[in-house]
Amino acid sequence: METLDIISYFLLLVLLLSGIKVVTTSNVIHAAIFLVFTLATTAILFILLAAEFVALVLILVYIGAVIVLFLFGVMITRAPLGPNAELDNDKNKIFAALLSLSIFGIFTFILIQTFDSTVVISEGTSTKLLGEILLSRFVFPFELVSFVLLGALIGGITLARKDNALIDEDQI
Amino acid sequence: MSIQPILIAAAALFSIGIYGILVRRNAVMVLLSIELILNSVNINFVAFNALLSDVMLNGQIFSIFIITVAAAEVGIGLAIVLMLFRNRETANINEFDLMKW
Repeated sequence: METLDIISYFLLLVLLLSGIKVVTTSNVIHAAIFLVFTLATTAILFILLAAEFVALVLILVYIGAVIVLFLFGVMITRAPLGPNAELDNDKNKIFAALLSLSIFGIFTFILIQTFDSTVVISEGTSTKLLGEILLSRFVFPFELVSFVLLGALIGGITLARKDNALIDEDQI
Repeated sequence: MSIQPILIAAAALFSIGIYGILVRRNAVMVLLSIELILNSVNINFVAFNALLSDVMLNGQIFSIFIITVAAAEVGIGLAIVLMLFRNRETANINEFDLMKW
């Protein structure tokens, strides 16, 4: 149990450091790569918390698809690929740091006061039970969310198509 | 292990995401920061699921739904950024001020 504790603390440290790098690095590609690190450490944390199916979905959907989409977005919008100082809004920096630190302070204060239990790191797997629940009790939201995904896909294609007569006429 | 470090790390990730949304100038980077926030919410859901040892696994199911909706959101968001870039030749959110009086 002691080894697992040390591993978890190390994972949380890596998570926070790579998260900070995502918002502070001046290189667009590096930010996407550090987001990959953040998500990968989150997936390992999920495996430690006996949620291995969620961890696999996180790796497949986020690291497999979303990051590729982001890199395409960076390439298509021709963001400067090297380090560039124009990426941050320097005027907002102090205000943003104050706001985020105060949100963090309030959250930490409340969380430390409210929760002091210990997580039971169970040794079993939860995938079989998760599949049964997902296809019995949550089958309607499951189908609904697949239609949301289909609608988003069609909407994204329609928005991003170039040979659309409507877009050509309504140039803003 | 205690649940407090996990919850505090999730709160820190949330605040990092808020900072990124406020500071970044490129619209794609703002979407990246939103992903950080959604990820922190997922960590909270799975941690509470493990804390309560819920037999119905509500926390894990909700985090799977969040991941799915986040994927849809990224697709739509990047399509919108692409449209803005085609019309305005920039992805800098400071210059999208058409609806500002």
